[in-house]
Amino acid sequence: MAQTLKPGSGPLDYGSRTWLKLLFAAIFVALYAPIFTLIAFSFNTDKRGVIWRGFTLDNYVKAWNNDALQEALLNSLAIAFIATIIATIIGAMVALLLWRFRFPMKAAYEGVMALPIVIPEICMGVSLLLFFINTGMMEWSVGMPWPLNLSNIVIAHVAFCFPFVAVVVRSRLIGFNRQLEEASKDLGASEWQTFWNVIVPFMMPGLVAGALLAFTLSLDDFVITFFTSGPETVTFPVKVYSLVRRGVSPEINAASTVLIVITVVATVIAMKLQAPTKTGEG
Amino acid sequence: MDSWRGNLRVFWTLFTPGTFWLLVFFLIPLAGLFQDSFSDKISITETAFTGTFANYVRAFDTVYLTIIWKSIWISAVATAFCLLLAYPIAFGICFAPARWKPLLLLLVILPFWINLLIRTYALIAVFRSQGYLNLVLGWIGLGPFEMLYNNGAVIMGLVYVYMPFMVLPLYATIERLDRSFLEASLDLGGSQVQTFFKVTLPLTMPGIITGIILVFIPCLGSFLTPDMLGGANAIMIGNVIERQFKAANDYPFGSALSFLLMYVTFGALALRAYFASRSKGVDV
Repeated sequence: MAQTLKPGSGPLDYGSRTWLKLLFAAIFVALYAPIFTLIAFSFNTDKRGVIWRGFTLDNYVKAWNNDALQEALLNSLAIAFIATIIATIIGAMVALLLWRFRFPMKAAYEGVMALPIVIPEICMGVSLLLFFINTGMMEWSVGMPWPLNLSNIVIAHVAFCFPFVAVVVRSRLIGFNRQLEEASKDLGASEWQTFWNVIVPFMMPGLVAGALLAFTLSLDDFVITFFTSGPETVTFPVKVYSLVRRGVSPEINAASTVLIVITVVATVIAMKLQAPTKTGEG
Repeated sequence: MDSWRGNLRVFWTLFTPGTFWLLVFFLIPLAGLFQDSFSDKISITETAFTGTFANYVRAFDTVYLTIIWKSIWISAVATAFCLLLAYPIAFGICFAPARWKPLLLLLVILPFWINLLIRTYALIAVFRSQGYLNLVLGWIGLGPFEMLYNNGAVIMGLVYVYMPFMVLPLYATIERLDRSFLEASLDLGGSQVQTFFKVTLPLTMPGIITGIILVFIPCLGSFLTPDMLGGANAIMIGNVIERQFKAANDYPFGSALSFLLMYVTFGALALRAYFASRSKGVDV
């Protein structure tokens, strides 16, 4: 009896089974090994990138001095930055609308709002390509100075980012105690003052998390950008795509590592802000 | 919740921007694509709406039907592998010590946030003929093997890329599973294997179905993974669509294929809604 009740060997203690631990370890290794080798070999001196020959930062210097790569990264960051601001504002407004009001056809409205999240990326990409060509926006944007020549891509990114922001902000708003709003109004605050001083501070963690989500989504997007960018405008993923077609090089590893660091930092911050321990207060 | 009539000014202020963006930059482009799928190509750059079904009929040519069929089975195999790998992971996370759970979940989700293109590129570096895997195999006297640019490579890439979509819904349902059912089954003399197949598996079916659909949909519509890992022969429906809009310049046909892909997607989503409504009594 005493032996079967030993901690770690109960019938439901699957977490301590050796075979499960081994399988776990194997899958995590498979999941992370490619990414870590990519990062590790961005510091490699070997040109062909297969065998470790020594530590260097040359690849980063080379990637940084590669004008095309630099321009692409700058474009990507500018697009992500502008699209994030617009998508966060619009997404927050949609979240407020769905949280606060009852209106006819609301369920259908919510369903349509979720469409950009579920529809295959390639369908959205080609529909926007067709739309930009037919409305003349494709030609219009080509002749514009930077950053206006990126407006098509920004428009497309906002279109697939803001429904995600709306979902995140709305889940935050559900925890809001509406008595706070009533108290504010009872004490003589106007609609706007209540919104700005009571609701917005409460929404803030949701807004930041939504914004960071939009930022990573925009920075990561390849498929939709691939279709909506003109022949002259290149974003980082599109540039990497064209480089990869020509083969593997440590320079791409270096540039990719920079992008991985940016997105991982943004994601971890967003997750911290959404953690239940933080949302419980306020 | 207020009625929209209660405060019209606020209602319209909140309603307008999102609706405008969705209408102009999402619904109207989709409508344009839909119209284009019934159009004829009249010159290299121009199309004219004629209401023709020729583009849809052409999609059922043997050439394209083969590709559609191949897309479906590649996606199905990738989804099956995702399920086989993700179930033990989700199960393990649920039964891990409480303090480990958030970290383990983060570890599963994190790769999902890393750029799809970069992850695919990382796979190329591992599996190409002078890649790391062949290097390691070379030490023990095997290979080199040609592991890229075939259907197997595409399936492997899809599994690698979409696995988090499978882990999350599985984790959610297994976490909610009432463990006293498992204890009851074991107490009543069921073996671990019997308990798993007769109790755990049926009770977590809603999560399995959600996971299958969440993985199958993006697999079917994928373009980048087959493009980079698949080589010339392993094309999927997404690559055919891309070709119509880039190299082949046949927008109407590309539009028709896009809509066929969307119908399959909506069908899968409807199936999920159906299963969700049917299983409401079982989970939670």
